[in-house]
Amino acid sequence: MVNSANKTGAAGISAEVRNLRKQFDGEPVLRGINLNVQPGEIFVIMGPSGSGKSVLLRHIIGLETPDSGEVFVGGKPVSDAVLSEFRLAMVFQSGALLNSFTVTENVGLYLTEHQTKSESEIKKIVAEKLELVGLTGHEDRLPSELSGGMKKRVAIARALVIEPQLMLYDEPTSELDPVMAATIGHEISRLRQRTGTTSIVVTHDRDLAFGIADRMALIHEGQIRCVGTPAEIRTQTDPIVNDFLNAEFSLKRKTKSL
Amino acid sequence: MFYKDIGELLVLFWKTLQELPQAWRHRRKIFEQLFEIGNASLFMVGLLSLFIGGVLALQTGPVFKDRGVVSFVGGMVGLAMAKELGPVMMAILIAGRVGSAMAAEIGSMLIFQEIDALKTMNINPVRFLVLPRFVAIAIAMPCLVVLATLVGWMGGAIVSVANSEIALTFDGYFNSLKDMVGPLDMLNGSIKSLVFSQIIVFVSCHQGLNTRGGPRGVGRSVTKAVVNSIILILIADYFLTRIMIKW
Ligand SMILES: Nc1ncnc2c1ncn2[C@@H]1O[C@H](COP(=O)(O)OP(=O)(O)OP(=O)(O)O)[C@@H](O)[C@H]1O
Ligand SMILES: [Mg+2]
Repeated sequence: MVNSANKTGAAGISAEVRNLRKQFDGEPVLRGINLNVQPGEIFVIMGPSGSGKSVLLRHIIGLETPDSGEVFVGGKPVSDAVLSEFRLAMVFQSGALLNSFTVTENVGLYLTEHQTKSESEIKKIVAEKLELVGLTGHEDRLPSELSGGMKKRVAIARALVIEPQLMLYDEPTSELDPVMAATIGHEISRLRQRTGTTSIVVTHDRDLAFGIADRMALIHEGQIRCVGTPAEIRTQTDPIVNDFLNAEFSLKRKTKSL
Repeated sequence: MFYKDIGELLVLFWKTLQELPQAWRHRRKIFEQLFEIGNASLFMVGLLSLFIGGVLALQTGPVFKDRGVVSFVGGMVGLAMAKELGPVMMAILIAGRVGSAMAAEIGSMLIFQEIDALKTMNINPVRFLVLPRFVAIAIAMPCLVVLATLVGWMGGAIVSVANSEIALTFDGYFNSLKDMVGPLDMLNGSIKSLVFSQIIVFVSCHQGLNTRGGPRGVGRSVTKAVVNSIILILIADYFLTRIMIKW
């Protein structure tokens, strides 16, 4: 798709999920998920809380083993080897920062561990990403000294540093103010422009979803309820999809009618 | 369950050995761990072995004196510290101070998904977490045990000289010690301490990496790490002694 200005020589890669099933303690969570995300695509997944979105992402990046079904990343079954062949990254819902490491150390972790760049380069990249998420001046803090949204932004910066070919975001904007949420949304599509990164974004934020998605899917009770472009999704007639997308706080109306 | 744990321990041991060529690249983390270990244990090691040496002399001195072999106290304390009490007591102390910290740190990293995050960044948790601890404790333990042995000898010497029921001279004490304790005995203690250090690091890291549930699970992992380490240390101690008895 959009990978013309590819600096690092690493275009986005596809992700495919085939008939994925997973249960925890006999409780089915994913009941036959099928997904096909194209290289360079921004694919948004929405769905009610507890419907299995995070579990799905964990399968795509190989942190969980399916009960049945298959996951392919870049056309290959996901495994440790695939993780070292391609650059993948995930922004965890909880941030999952290393709590004994400072902000700088967390953000630079990938580069310092893989030692592909010099220390001064790493410093520069870290500073740049921190500025991007508006955290300049907090370099030496520990995660326990940050607010929830700040932690999330550090996690995003940490993932951006990887310049991944496939990036998974688990609710990247759930704890952010609208301005910062817009910045992050902008950055998700800018990352695609720069390096052709494929992004899978789990979110409850309808503005973000319709703003950045090439295609989107709605998960309901462990199954994909519908897939399509934002325009297609808007014109869906499925009542569950409509309820989900059009839910409003209706307190005002109720009080008026009293 | 027991066999499964042992199997997993061996797998972890093997995986860590495979990462060993990477150790130099990760020297900073190794130094950090060495510092942690030293910081947590140096003072305790000194204090504990001073008193162990002292009490050994106190217990045996009067008995030896009754039988006219009071100078044997030196050799007795010397051998006991070098071959048995130095390695075993220090291993138990380190299991409590360092092993517990390893299990707690790795366990809490696991429940807070930090280890998942490492995996997604293609950072091998064994290399990142276990390797530096493995190398650091393998270096630190023999050194600490040599220190403990020396301090223990001093403790024995002080008591032998100061206690009026033993009333030995420093020369008498250390002559007998030199007479009975050779380099092989020190080597014996060092080998033991090296093995014990491996028991501590792998049992603790394994427990940490297998933490289930929340903070209570971390607590359980820590307890198991310490208890299992101590049990395995004492069992290994018997067999090591048995093997090295003819030296
Ligand atoms: N490790 C686990 N063990 C047992 N159950 C789990 C585990 N992980 C997830 N679950 C269950 O799987 C279901 C889906 O969880 P998941 O975290 O994927 O929800 P989600 O769609 O991400 O929700 P939210 O929008 O609130 O983040 C939940 O019912 C949860 O209890
Ligand atoms: Mg979730």
